Amino acid sequence: MKITRFIKTILMVDFVSGLLIAIKEMFKSKKTINYPFEKGKISPRFRGEHALRRYPNGEERCIACKLCEAVCPAQAITIESTQREDGSRKTTRYDIDMMKCIYCGLCEESCPVDAIVQGPNFEFSTETREELYYTKEKLLDNGDRWENILAANIKSDNPYR
Amino acid sequence: MEYFDIIFQEVYKILFLLVPVLVSVAMIVWLDRRVWAFVQKRQGPNVVGPFGLLQSLADALKYIFKEIIIPASSNKVIFILAPIITMTLALIAWAVIPFNEGQVLANINVGILYIFAVSSLGVYGIIMGGWASNSKYPFLGAIRSAAQMVSYEVSIGIIIINVLLCVGSLNLSDIVLAQQEMWFIIPLFPMFVIFFISSLAETNRPPFDLPEAEAELVAGYQTEYSGMMYAMFWLGEYANILLMCALGSILFLGGWLSPIDIYPFTLVPGAVWLIFKILFLFILFALVKATVPRYRYDQLMRLGWKIFLPFSLIYVVLTASYLFYFNLLPTN
Repeated sequence: MKITRFIKTILMVDFVSGLLIAIKEMFKSKKTINYPFEKGKISPRFRGEHALRRYPNGEERCIACKLCEAVCPAQAITIESTQREDGSRKTTRYDIDMMKCIYCGLCEESCPVDAIVQGPNFEFSTETREELYYTKEKLLDNGDRWENILAANIKSDNPYR
Repeated sequence: MEYFDIIFQEVYKILFLLVPVLVSVAMIVWLDRRVWAFVQKRQGPNVVGPFGLLQSLADALKYIFKEIIIPASSNKVIFILAPIITMTLALIAWAVIPFNEGQVLANINVGILYIFAVSSLGVYGIIMGGWASNSKYPFLGAIRSAAQMVSYEVSIGIIIINVLLCVGSLNLSDIVLAQQEMWFIIPLFPMFVIFFISSLAETNRPPFDLPEAEAELVAGYQTEYSGMMYAMFWLGEYANILLMCALGSILFLGGWLSPIDIYPFTLVPGAVWLIFKILFLFILFALVKATVPRYRYDQLMRLGWKIFLPFSLIYVVLTASYLFYFNLLPTN
């Protein structure tokens, strides 16, 4: 036993076999993706950038119940509301401080009308802090832009809710 | 006027050598990172330039624009001098490397001794850097590196004696020409392996990168360095690695000689063969870095003093007796 060990050490068998494995691995396909050009698959439950959705007729979904504001653990959401002439309660202000937000998804979960949702977009870094204080207009704009994907995501996740 | 002409000629020659060496150092850093990434199934640097080839230039540009921070408690003169010395010593050794028959900056008769002396001096840059930083980790890194480089220098020296016994000259061009019939890697294969491993230790490459073992010493002697001074250490280190690869290919792989001495191979210029051999050795360096875990310090010392040194000494005796018995000793 000791002799074989000695011969193995002298001939560096373990080292050479390790080196051969390394060379073999070099020609296998890569496990990482070329990020800015390729992107990984994102789950429908992905919690990315927020968006406020509308009904198909263009009416805002949000009813200013302030459940999201109450549930938000980081207190990133600020809502102010008034009663409109037709008697419905709507928001006048819906701000999310994206730097406070911890992307926990509780706002989305608490929303009774699926108004505030978190979409698949995670590439919204900015150069100034001011740009990360999202206003109602910005959030509604996000909702309009991502509506197709957001609706599909909510539909595909529906059976598990 | 004649003096100026001579000076200009020499400067031109030196630039003709140094610029390619520096460019290839940059390329070799890229190659190192790329091979490392490929073994780990990553992409590696692939954005800057074609295949990411210009990554090192981008890095160098970044280092140039970074602030150089000199610790308040450091010895400022030595602190600044250390990276300069490391890089200078790594570059001046290239003067005696022959790229082809007659294509050598300084064809001195003691070429191999010169390289040996210069690479021994290389440890000074590291010691000075570690000492002048006046901080714990650089100091420990410098001590380790000094002990390690001195230990492995000894076995490299004795390996070189093996080669010199077969050649009978200290001139690097003569060493290459002596390998026309047979590269020294065939009769001296065990010595080649030990030389390769010792040069890993000599250049502080993994698995012997204890002076900069990040788990224990942050970055060893480079910890306090920043900006261009750090980049100079880094350039010097890779220039040294390249030099060791060049030395290995000259001593054992027949330098500029083509592997087969027949028609289509002899058309390729000698410098190209030398570059191929250097690249081959360097890829081996990079593969070893990607494969092997780091040695413990006492294991490193044991390997150097208790295994490599006696083994290469015995091999010197064997080579000498073989050459003497069969009357093959080179005469000139």
